[in-house]
Amino acid sequence: MLDIVNVKKTFNQKTVNERTALDSVNLHLDEEDFVTVIGGNGAGKSTLLNAVAGVWPVDSGSIVIDGMDVTDMPEHRRAAVLGRVFQDPMMGTAATMQIEENLALAARRGQRRTLKSGITREERDVYRSQLAELGLGLEDRMTAKVGLLSGGQRQALTLLMATLKKPKLLLLDEHTAALDPRTAAKVLELSEKIIRENRLMTLMVTHNMKDAIRYGNRLIMMNGGKIILDVSGEEKKQLTIERLMEAFAEASGESFVNDRMLLS
Amino acid sequence: MNLLSLLNALPGAVAQGLIWGIMAIGVFITYKVLDLADLTVDGTMATGGAVCVMLMLNGWNVWLALLCAMAAGMLAGLVTGLFHTGMGIPAILAGILTQLSLYSLNLAVMDFKANQGINVTKYQLIVSQRNVRTADLSNPIFITLLILVLLIGILYWFFGTETGSALRATGANDAMSRAQGINTKRTKILGLIISNGIVALASALLAHYQGFVDVNMGRGAIVIGLAAVIISEVLFSKLFRNFALKLLGVSIGAVLYFIVIQVVLWLGLNTNLLKLLSALIVAAFLGLPYWRAGLAAKHHRKGEHGHA
Repeated sequence: MLDIVNVKKTFNQKTVNERTALDSVNLHLDEEDFVTVIGGNGAGKSTLLNAVAGVWPVDSGSIVIDGMDVTDMPEHRRAAVLGRVFQDPMMGTAATMQIEENLALAARRGQRRTLKSGITREERDVYRSQLAELGLGLEDRMTAKVGLLSGGQRQALTLLMATLKKPKLLLLDEHTAALDPRTAAKVLELSEKIIRENRLMTLMVTHNMKDAIRYGNRLIMMNGGKIILDVSGEEKKQLTIERLMEAFAEASGESFVNDRMLLS
Repeated sequence: MNLLSLLNALPGAVAQGLIWGIMAIGVFITYKVLDLADLTVDGTMATGGAVCVMLMLNGWNVWLALLCAMAAGMLAGLVTGLFHTGMGIPAILAGILTQLSLYSLNLAVMDFKANQGINVTKYQLIVSQRNVRTADLSNPIFITLLILVLLIGILYWFFGTETGSALRATGANDAMSRAQGINTKRTKILGLIISNGIVALASALLAHYQGFVDVNMGRGAIVIGLAAVIISEVLFSKLFRNFALKLLGVSIGAVLYFIVIQVVLWLGLNTNLLKLLSALIVAAFLGLPYWRAGLAAKHHRKGEHGHA
């Protein structure tokens, strides 16, 4: 379970650039909830995920993951229960390290790092079979540097790293936005498969309304740092892009005109 | 110019190069592995020698003194690490602050004298310039080589462990490392501690080798360390891909640097101009990839223009 209670975050406080990124956000996720997050630029989608991940401290409110209050926990300690994939394919992996080394780092998330070997033979076998499941041929290139991989391959690898050790919560932050449409679709399908098979509680930010409707069992829409729409179950299944746009206009009093959203 | 005098000076250049090769490995760990430019080493390169020599002059066992010298260097690395991660001071400035304070501390350790001698006939020194042409086990080239191989072995093992991998990951991608649960503040501090411990070891050996410690012996050390790292990169980047070989390459880089310096001196350069020369060489090599990228882009544009 995830409980976000009254979380506020303002950037550049007391300057001319002051911006309220999260305005008293409340959100509760049940086990196995797969929630898509949608909204315009600057709506607070990524900020919400970063608040949960602990990239910076929030101004007020509390964040509880699976009964554990993480509000004041540093980023690296929260990582024990989180899996994260970022928008930038460069951000989720260490380019100068090998594929198997990256996986070995991820496999030790939440554990004390000791003076034992950084990767064992048994581990390699496990990684090989898991890489094979991605269907990208990476299982034959396990000692290749990650920097040699394409954006899509890197996102698939990051996804595997995020879920290698089953997280309590998976955070996907527009993780297909930087990929070409075909690769993006493949990575999304892969994400869906991993989430379904592992029954992962997931927050997935996307700017693509079709994807937001198609995936997950619940959809939230954000605007101006607030959650303005929250649909789930049957209602979510019946959603269309037109109804989403109407709902946005109703809830925010603005029209949802955003080229990036309409075109994608 | 007498070729014989150059040949005569070469063993000394190799021995010094190997000692500085140990130092350069310390620089490699911060500059290449952790992606931090750590200027603490200019201070640590005198601290190790100062602590080791002074303890020995006070009757301490040589190995114990060497150990303490390394500990002093590690402490300096810890301070820089805390300045950087605990107070948010940029790494380069944190190193400069520690380096500056080390100047006073080094003087204090040396009884406020600018240099302190240690006589090879009275004290058991690990390496000495005096034996540089002897063909037995007391030759500093042999002993330093032995220490170097041992050090590379230990580092190769360490950077393959879970902790060592976390350190490498921190240098490769900070955000990713934190997302994978690595306390990057701690790994940075650890890297600075290890690096400065190694530099202090080199410093102690250098003091033994030359028979004295000087408060200024670390001035410009970072530039020599960088020169070794860059020479190795330019010459061996295609050849040495394995981590242990890379470390070996860095020490060979340091030896080559000292041979080049020896040749330049032999050609008649004023010794006082050496640091200027070193700085210019390092600047040129650091700039090389930048220029190359610029040239490639220009070439590319011209090519496209031709097709249109």
